[in-house]
Amino acid sequence: MSNLIKLQNGTATIVAEDAWQIVRVPVGEVEVKKQAGKVVLFKLTGAESATPEQVAATVVPAGKVLLPLSVFLARRAEFASRLAAGEVGVWLETHELVETLVAAQAELNVFPLIAVFIERFADGRAYSMASLLRSRYGFKGELRALGDVLRDQLFFMKRCGFDAFDIRADRSAEDALASLQDFSEPYQGATVIEQPLWRRHAR
Amino acid sequence: MYKYDEYDQRIVNERVAQFRDQTRRYLAGELGEDEFKPLRLQNGLYIQRYAPMLRVAVPYGLLGSAQIRKLAHIARTYDKGYAHVSTRQNFQFNWPELKNVPDILAELAEVEMHAIQTSGNCIRNVTTDQFAGIAPDETVDPRPLAEIIRQCSTFHPEFALLPRKFKIAVTGAREDRAVLQMHDVGLELFRNPAGELRIKVWVGGGLGRTPILGSVLHEELPWQHILTYIEAIVRVYNLHGRRDNSYKARIKILVKALGIEEFKRQVEAEWAFQKEGPNTVTQAELDRVARNFTAPDYAALADADAGFEAKLAEEKGFANWVKRNVHAHKQPGYRAVTLSLKVTGIAPGDITDRQLDIVADLADKYSFGELRTSHEQNIILSDVKLGDLYALWQEARAAGLATPNIGLITDIICCPGGSFCDLANAKSIPIAESIQRLFDDLDYQHDIGDIELNISGCMNSCGHHHVGHIGVLGVDKNESEWYQVSIGGKQGNDASLGDVIGPSFAADEVAGVVKRLIDVYLENRTPEERFIDTVRRIGHVPFKARVYADRQPGKQKVEA
Repeated sequence: MSNLIKLQNGTATIVAEDAWQIVRVPVGEVEVKKQAGKVVLFKLTGAESATPEQVAATVVPAGKVLLPLSVFLARRAEFASRLAAGEVGVWLETHELVETLVAAQAELNVFPLIAVFIERFADGRAYSMASLLRSRYGFKGELRALGDVLRDQLFFMKRCGFDAFDIRADRSAEDALASLQDFSEPYQGATVIEQPLWRRHAR
Repeated sequence: MYKYDEYDQRIVNERVAQFRDQTRRYLAGELGEDEFKPLRLQNGLYIQRYAPMLRVAVPYGLLGSAQIRKLAHIARTYDKGYAHVSTRQNFQFNWPELKNVPDILAELAEVEMHAIQTSGNCIRNVTTDQFAGIAPDETVDPRPLAEIIRQCSTFHPEFALLPRKFKIAVTGAREDRAVLQMHDVGLELFRNPAGELRIKVWVGGGLGRTPILGSVLHEELPWQHILTYIEAIVRVYNLHGRRDNSYKARIKILVKALGIEEFKRQVEAEWAFQKEGPNTVTQAELDRVARNFTAPDYAALADADAGFEAKLAEEKGFANWVKRNVHAHKQPGYRAVTLSLKVTGIAPGDITDRQLDIVADLADKYSFGELRTSHEQNIILSDVKLGDLYALWQEARAAGLATPNIGLITDIICCPGGSFCDLANAKSIPIAESIQRLFDDLDYQHDIGDIELNISGCMNSCGHHHVGHIGVLGVDKNESEWYQVSIGGKQGNDASLGDVIGPSFAADEVAGVVKRLIDVYLENRTPEERFIDTVRRIGHVPFKARVYADRQPGKQKVEA
């Protein structure tokens, strides 16, 4: 059963089928880092995502594939024809920079789908990444949130430009739909609803 | 003061409904502890030592009498009959039950109040000068822009989960009473020689484990760009601030690591994209918001009152109170009055439900129904006629709200500490009380004069100990409570951070240590010097020498 919510023309629905296959690099050695006695939960922005060995060993199946940014960057020549056919998307981690993707591929609309993998829901970098992808780099395709995607953050994600939400597997996507409507008239201008309240309505 | 329109009210009502559902899901086990935590924190709800603590937002410290009566009602109905003014101008309740919090929020919404973003890793309640709009040294009233920032930051979708908390303070007076330099962003409003409104932007201040005073990021920002410029700052911070270590996650650490020049370059690069964006504030919008902050209907009065002068000469108690608790006002014949919440034996900043009702009555009777909270944890009646001061004093005194100690050694800034707070290493309220008891004699206090004594129960520094002329910090040493003492901190235009004088003290030594520091001051001061001036002139050495003269750890304590 799919847990994927998509927004289309302002209407949110749970889609039954999704052809995109999420490609992951093979699991490497995980080093447990500590800071001030606590296990580090968030990677620093700009930290390395995968080793060259992991990238090289990543198996990419046929069909529509959502590639890790590191794999796309290192092996993009392999995927040129599939990219042209609209079968390649990329996903970023929250410690990766949107600018890194843009530096390699200035026109983002070659991708039907870009995703941000949110390892922990409290990582608000995903919101700025979505805002940049939409408003600065003009990405118009599907922008999907993956990972620890929970209903109580959906309203914010929606306003930052995400239009697809892969709700965490142990939660109900049906229940989550309601949270997309938490607020009817937000104050500030943002990526979605660009004008602030006082420009939208006479106050 | 700001009046909600249908949109403001709708947002607050929708928040109540949202939080009611979140609380229901949490209590039903549908929402995990870790998932609920940021949600409840962004609604001001901490899980404390004994019960949850609810922090209610008082935007830029401004309140109306109906709001104060509602706080009194909440204290009575859902708490133990009292509330607490925090060091960021907010109100806190120490004993609400989690299941009742949605109802409390619904009650608050009835009087245009909420608890939105009073905690958590988001843009917090905006603070300002408690004398905003009435101070004689004010060049720009900061409240309209503070309200514009409040609205933009409320549920800002991009900045809902920052690396750490983010605090903004705004002032438009020559003397900085909002401690701009200890905020993540401090905004100093002024008019340039052409009369245009400009903003000096400070960034990267903060107390906590690594106290840093802010640096100037922009000397003269045109006010129209206030929101887009803040958004540029917060976006750089959101993407690049450290999330790997919560002690290094504030923007001050990022600014320090990059250097102010490089940080500014990044902010300016970011800002270039959004500079003229939709959040650029127009004159019409500023005017619309500013109409909520027009001056009350002042009477045309002389700046003197014969009855007042007579009482001043007759009654020393009244004169003492006027000297300490009554403040200059830009309107002739009016004064601002501080109601002291620093009574010996009562936790600094605490106020009972009965007193809250009285404060509301006093505001209605003497001050156009408006009042303010200060970061020094007192309450201010902003617009009192000179001729009403004596009657007000009598009524306030009967209610225990007229202790004439504002700016004196017993007007202590103090966090709730280990008596309530789960983060604390040590208790702070009993330390404040021991100092208040030792210095209880009013003539002695007045002789010592202006001094700021700030106490925090842990490194999070809610009691602002770093900027106290005398700062006391609770520390944990081998699981017992110890106190580090610092001197030389100061808030205001010439802000400085205090230096620790030496090894820490046991709880029963602290008052004696303060006494010795005061003795050194009294012996060395020139006639016009305050404590901080003497410290700055003669240095720390004489103070340290006196405090530690006969102290032998484990054998000889500092005695009061």
